[in-house]
Amino acid sequence: MRKGFSAFNVTALVLGFTFLYVPILLLVIYSFNASRLVTVWGGFSTEWYWKLLENDQLLDAAWVTLRVAFISASVATVLGTLAAIALTRYGRFTGRTLFSGMIYAPLVMPDVITGLSLLLLFVAVNFDRGFWTITLAHITFTMCFVCVVVQSRLVTFDRSLEEAALDLGCPPLRTFFVITLPIILPAVVSGWMLAFTLSLDDLVIASFTTGPGATTLPMRIYSQVRLGVTPEINAICTILIAIVTVVVVSASIVTKRQEIERQKAERLAAAGVME
Amino acid sequence: MSSGVAEKTQTTIGGIRRTFAPWTDPSAVHLIRYRNVTKRFGSFTAVDDLSLDIYEREFFALLGPSGCGKTTLMRMLAGFEEPTSGQITLAGEDLVGTPPYRRPVNMMFQSYALFPHMSVWDNIAFGLKQDGMGKPDIAVRVEEMLRLVKLEAFARRKPHQLSGGQRQRVALARSLAKRPKVLLLDEPLGALDKKLREETQFELMDIQMKLGMTFLIVTHDQEEAMTVADRIAVMDHGKLIQVAPPAVIYEQPASRYVAGFVGDVNLMAGRVESNQNGLVTVRTGSGGDSAGMRLAVAQEVQTGAGDEVWVAVRPEKVRVDREPPADTNVNCVSGEVWDIGYLGDLSVYHIELADGTRVKAVRPNLTRMVERPITWEDKVWVSWTPDAGVVLTR
Repeated sequence: MRKGFSAFNVTALVLGFTFLYVPILLLVIYSFNASRLVTVWGGFSTEWYWKLLENDQLLDAAWVTLRVAFISASVATVLGTLAAIALTRYGRFTGRTLFSGMIYAPLVMPDVITGLSLLLLFVAVNFDRGFWTITLAHITFTMCFVCVVVQSRLVTFDRSLEEAALDLGCPPLRTFFVITLPIILPAVVSGWMLAFTLSLDDLVIASFTTGPGATTLPMRIYSQVRLGVTPEINAICTILIAIVTVVVVSASIVTKRQEIERQKAERLAAAGVME
Repeated sequence: MSSGVAEKTQTTIGGIRRTFAPWTDPSAVHLIRYRNVTKRFGSFTAVDDLSLDIYEREFFALLGPSGCGKTTLMRMLAGFEEPTSGQITLAGEDLVGTPPYRRPVNMMFQSYALFPHMSVWDNIAFGLKQDGMGKPDIAVRVEEMLRLVKLEAFARRKPHQLSGGQRQRVALARSLAKRPKVLLLDEPLGALDKKLREETQFELMDIQMKLGMTFLIVTHDQEEAMTVADRIAVMDHGKLIQVAPPAVIYEQPASRYVAGFVGDVNLMAGRVESNQNGLVTVRTGSGGDSAGMRLAVAQEVQTGAGDEVWVAVRPEKVRVDREPPADTNVNCVSGEVWDIGYLGDLSVYHIELADGTRVKAVRPNLTRMVERPITWEDKVWVSWTPDAGVVLTR
């Protein structure tokens, strides 16, 4: 069978990509619009990017967002990795099914419900809402994504590597840091990047759990858009797109390279003759 | 060691190891002792009340089908499994409860388990670093190990840049580097092709003799066990069936199971007619005295007239002639060639006897001939000498 381009395939591809990327492309193009009017092209300009630098509100929001994303991604990576290890290693403990179901639940839970339940919790324990409540909420919902990514790597992890380290006199904790972690590191890193981007563009959960003085960038953009889309918003969104693209692309490169490396090793093993 | 332990020496003739048999010496001290060891996984009993002594400088093989408990037995020595009951001692010290990283035992894994993010050099040095050995000493030891396995040129490579045979040798070097009291080998050659496997078997024996270490190998490949081991333990269902040197396992198997598991065998069931002066006469078949063949086996065995026994004859010990052999009439029956397998060096003849039993005979092809003198459906005579067969009571 020919795997070429049939008219149907090309049409489907073009339609799909148009649907996905035309809005984003429009936003990026209009961020370089010289005109104040969002829908009228007035020539190329980087004016709105310079204007951004003077907009303290937006810059503050960006700074809060980055800090929340960094802290929550890091904590979520540690917790998610530990959960993944528990789930893959201790095969038959009581309540395993319940536990693994519970770790996956936030993946499919509507953000509104996650946000609302966290808000209720913070109110109930009388936790002052602000930066730390957003961070905690983000740790909670990104942790399960990290867990899933790391778990998928651990399933194919050869346990005899750890046994070999133990056998050669390396105690269990050190074995984890010198053998297990370096080998699963690519998965941990891409888990971190996933958590980072998820936290970066979350609006719903952040809106529920925020308090005075802690406004994230998506929240700021959303509130400004209600007053009308300004070219400045287009500019900051373009920057956000750039950041997310870089993070996601590098995460996939890390995974891809690891995959290629593994396939190469397998090929060599298959052709494994002496010398 | 005490003077009671026989030195492992090499005779000049063909390099065949002789005079090493501490298991026959009552004053010899065991290095490894399993005492009434049982291991259960849930309701499954992997090792069943097993006792075994292994001596210093011995190359010991655990042989059996998968699931017979041989790997579990080895993993209990390494410390990856704890026995449900019983005692395991190494050089007199009780090992039960000691974690794997504190046991003076190293293991070579079936999958090699080389650390993929470390070079060959770092893989070999790993165990030495854990012991806190000084850097210069580590370098000396690693170089020595690389020389031993002939991988000096590959020290800086990563495992995935090596061939299967090279990886196998890195794994061996890594497990030898700490000079363990016992080296455990878990199906070490399973991933290699046949030719390389045979070469490596001899390399392993060579290294074991050079270092004077105790090796414990787990394998399901009977030829491998026969080649490398001083003694073989044949296991089945968590129990030891027979523990003996390869030649004894092959020539005097303890049971039908051992006879069938190690090598090929013709088994004929029958009843003992007489047993005197080291000559056992067996009447095959379950019918009356007139039916069946009368077989003679020259063997000292505890059995009396009327006992149900089996006569086992290895195919290579069966003679095939076109005419009734003039020199003998014991263990001599006529039959018809049913099938022939030509293997180049050998030919395998399946011969159907008058009573329907099929006997397998293996004959070396000593001359270059395309047309063999014996062919399909020929009437032939099969015979074997009384000292070729063996009587099995179970």
